[in-house]
Order: sequence, then C-alpha cells, then structure tokens
Amino acid sequence: MRYGLKVALRHLTSNLSQTGLLVFGVAVAVFIFIFMSALIGGLADLMVNRTLGGLAHVTIKVEDKALPLLKTDSEARVLVARQKSTRDTTGIQDAMPLLPVIDQVPGVAVSSAQITGGAVLIRGERVRQVSVTGLAPDRVTAIIPFERYLHTGRLSLEGDGILIGAILANDMNLSVESPVTLRTDQGNTAILRVSGIFSSGVGQLDTASAYLDIRTARNLFDMPNAVSRIELKLTDLYDAETVAARIVATTGLDAEPWTATAQQLYEGLRAQSDTGLILKSFALLTIVIGVASSLMLTTYRRRPEIGIMRAMGASQNFILFVFVSQGAIIGLFGGLIGAGLGVAILTPLTPIGEVRSGQLPIDVAQGSIGLAIALTMIGATLAAILPARAASRIDPVEAIGQ
Amino acid sequence: MMPSDETPLLELQDLTKTFGTGETATQVLKGLNLTLQKGGMIALLGASGSGKSTLLNILGTLLRPTSGGFTMLGQNLFTANDATLTDFRNRHIGFVFQLHNLLPDFTALENVIFPSAVRDGVERPAARRRGAELLDIVGLSDRINFRATKLSGGQKQRVAVARALMNNPDLILADEPTGNLDSKSAQQVMDLITRVNKSENTAFLISTHDEDIAAQCTSRIEIRDGRIS
Repeated sequence: MRYGLKVALRHLTSNLSQTGLLVFGVAVAVFIFIFMSALIGGLADLMVNRTLGGLAHVTIKVEDKALPLLKTDSEARVLVARQKSTRDTTGIQDAMPLLPVIDQVPGVAVSSAQITGGAVLIRGERVRQVSVTGLAPDRVTAIIPFERYLHTGRLSLEGDGILIGAILANDMNLSVESPVTLRTDQGNTAILRVSGIFSSGVGQLDTASAYLDIRTARNLFDMPNAVSRIELKLTDLYDAETVAARIVATTGLDAEPWTATAQQLYEGLRAQSDTGLILKSFALLTIVIGVASSLMLTTYRRRPEIGIMRAMGASQNFILFVFVSQGAIIGLFGGLIGAGLGVAILTPLTPIGEVRSGQLPIDVAQGSIGLAIALTMIGATLAAILPARAASRIDPVEAIGQ
Repeated sequence: MMPSDETPLLELQDLTKTFGTGETATQVLKGLNLTLQKGGMIALLGASGSGKSTLLNILGTLLRPTSGGFTMLGQNLFTANDATLTDFRNRHIGFVFQLHNLLPDFTALENVIFPSAVRDGVERPAARRRGAELLDIVGLSDRINFRATKLSGGQKQRVAVARALMNNPDLILADEPTGNLDSKSAQQVMDLITRVNKSENTAFLISTHDEDIAAQCTSRIEIRDGRIS
C-alpha cells in the first residue's frame, strides 16, 4: 500500500493551493475545538475555584446523633418528642486513622480534616462574630487556595497563629503579628496572633472567617478526639458523586458531593459543558463536510485518471485506498497544524489564577489536544469513504471517454 | 491451464454486446467470431458507431460482453470476476488511448512504471531500470523526469506505448493512437509500434480510420454494423 500512499500524496501536492486551503480549514476547526475545550474547562475551574472560593468536592461528616435516653427501671413506656439539632455535636470520632484510608480511595486528590465552630474575636472594644475552622498546619491550602489569596503575612498556623480575611482585619484594625482574643461558643478563650491576612473576593470568607491550627481548635471547641468534617479535593471534580459513593462504602460515613450542596453551580457547569460539546460537534461536522465535499470534487475532476489507473490494472481497492488516504492525510496535517495553532495562541494567555474580569479563562491543559487530533483524523477518514467509494466504482470506459 | 505456444491469443465465439434494456436496448455487437494468434499487428477498421470501440473495450476487459464466448490465453474471461479481470488486464494487456493517456501529476518514468508499481505495491528499482530502458526505446531518454503535462502530444503517445509494454503484455490495444497527432508524430508512433511488434513479439490491435496506418499492419479486421465483414 506504500504505492497507494505515494499516489495519494501526489494528488494532494499537485494542487498545493487547494490542499493548503482545505488543510487550513480543517486546522481552524481543530483550533476551535481546542479553544472550546480549553475555555469550557477554564470557565469551570474559575467558577468552582474562584466564585465559590474553596469549595470542597466531597464533604465527609456524620449525621447528628440523638442523645441516649436514661434507662427506666419500670416497664413503663417512655415517649419522647425530640427536636433535631441543627449542629452536629459529636463529629467524626477517631478520624485521624481514617485519613490514610480516605486518601487511598481512587479519585481523591487530597483530604483535609477540620474542626469547625462559632466564636467571637475580641480586640479592645471591638467584637466580631466569626466562623472558625481548625486546619492541619501542613494542609492549610488543601481546600481553599490560600496561597493565591494571601495578602500579607504567612500561611503558617503552628500553635497560636490565626488566618483572617482582609475586610475583617481592616474592620478590627488588625495587622500581621497583632494579638487577638478568641472566645468560642463553648466559653473557652485563647489569645492568638495574626499570622496572615488573605483576600479571596468571597464575602463570607473575607468578613467573618478565621482559620487556625487544628490542635488549638481541639482545645477551644472541646473536641479531643473527633473532627467536625473531612473535606476532599478530587482529581476530577465531575467525579464527585462516584467518589462520594465509594467513601460511603469504604468508611460507612456520610459523604456529600459538591453537586448536592451546590446544585445550581453544578447545573450551570453542566449546561456550559453541554454547550461546549455542541459547539465542538459542529466544528467536527465542519471538518467532515469540508473534507467530503472537497474530495467529491477531486474525484469528479480526476475521473479520466481513475479510468486510466483502472485500465492499467489498479484494483477497486487500490483506488479506494488512494482516496481514503487523502482524507486521512488531510485530517492528520489539519489536526497537527490546528493543535500547533492552539498551543501557540492559547498558551501565552493569562493563567486562570490571574484572570481579571473581561478576560477569558483559558486552560490549554484542558484543550483535549490529543482527542482533537484523533477525532479529526477519524472524521476526515470517514468523510473520505463516500467519495472514495464513488471513485472506485467509476466505469473506466466512460471515464476515459472512448 | 498454462497457455502453451499453440494456444491462440484470443478467441471470440458468437460474441454480442447490447447496451440498455427493453425498448431502448441497442445491440452493438451482433455475434462476432474471431481468433487471433500471438505476435500479430492487426488493424481494426470500421466507420464510427460500427462497434470498434466496444470490441476494443471488451477485449481490454474493461467492458463485459452480453453473450458468447470470450477466451484469452486459454482463460475464460466471460465468467471472471472484477478482481480476476483487473489482474489479467495488468499482466497481459496494454493500452494506448487516443486521449487522456497519462497521469498528469506523474513524470514520464512514473507513468511508464505504473502498471508494475500498482501490481507490486511499490516502485521497485528493477522496474525503474526497465522503465528507463523503455523510454530509451521510444526515444525519450532525455524526458524521463518531465511531468506528463510538459510533454508534447507525440511524446505523450510514445510514453503511453512504453507504459503499455511495461509488464511484457501479450496484447496491446491501441484506440486511434495517432488520431490526435500531426502526420510526422503519427509516423513516429507507428514506426515505434512496428519496431516493438517485431522485437518484443507483442501483438497489437490498432483501431483506426486511417488507411495509411492500416497499410502498415500485417492483417486487418473490418467491422460493419456490429459484424466482422
């Protein structure tokens, strides 16, 4: 079939402007495909990581448990009407040994055990209600990307360090290294030192949240063994429901995917992803139609030649191969050039982390470049089959016009 | 069955060809009987529409007869399938057409070795050597790497003769091979055919209107109204 390829290449190179135009058209469609993939992926990242700040992909917690009833000695029945508490008070007992197990669950990128509770920050006359989260000092940035949000100071939480939002710091006139008193709802008090101030752009985080060492939080919230919840980031955020189910099966704990807590965001992302899919399908369809129509014309223009080749002993399969190869070659070059264009044009654009409003959040890594090339080659080859079959069935007597 | 030296080149028995069906059916060949021996140089004469081209296309296995017997080199070609006919054509038959003879994107040499390359799936060095020799025989050794489109009409026909010879065929079918040429080029092509016919013992069947050309052949067949007269 090497000779068939030679004939195919000769056909393509004999009219370089026509072939060039066709390859360029395919390349543009491939570029659009890659651009859409990169944009949809980037938009999803931006919405999840930025608009909602540090949203966990899966949150593990336990249902609030009913308090045990005192045992009655008599045979009398006890009827109890009990209002469900809005806070989980017990937390996940003995969570620390569970963490390595959870980290091993397929799809989990990183886990973060947390103790949460309500408290007030006090400095002089100023008192502000905050929601406090205790984090493991080595996993401060596991869920919320504080490294991107850090305004001043450091992210170190060891011991008495506390991380607060910029608006809260401004409000209470706190700066890095300022001492501040924290009193929890349980009535415990500690004097802490501001180690870092962040600005996330998310209201709740910047105005009323404080982060400290989980060991400090244990004492302040009276949770010597338990943690309030374990938050997870996944390798693929659309995998959340599957991974949550795996965790329920592995640990017996309640695991909630972000799709359940942020239904609207999930639906928004799905719609966005579907729109992207439709646009990408149109790009592929353009390739198929372009290649098919161009090869139809070529086949028609080359009728006499096909007749001569048949008369010289070229089989129908040889003719079929020559024209299908032309589709495949156009697909290959169009795909490679389109991918090259994609990388060259999209890579220098602003990274997702630094996108300002008005800029497009494009993530080339999510451009599905390999898929784009593969689909283009398959599409162009399939598109060539119909014209190639027509070519192979040309009657040599008619084509030569004798 | 291996063809022996006594096997005739081709035999036609009561061969007919009808185009169309029903009311519009037209019978072009009305029962031809013909036996040709190897190595001849035969002129095929007849007015336009007499069935000359149809006969040539059937003998070239490009067109199927409607009924009758059609044997070449002892092989029954009436019942053969397309793949068998393609292979037979490649090995045993060469063509020189009046028009559209060469592949325009290929050089003279590439055109000549096409019948060998398409059979082997690759352009073998031995084929390139033979192709160059054949181009030398037809007097075009200085045009080997010229694109077909850069050759004159006479040169194209000579390349076509060289290509027809490439696979050492037993029969070369030439349909008005000089019809589009000036008299000087036409004579060059005829001289070449005569020479090759003698040196390679390849049979030629030359369809023509031209009495001068017919006169240069060793025998003649005339078709009138779909029958050999």
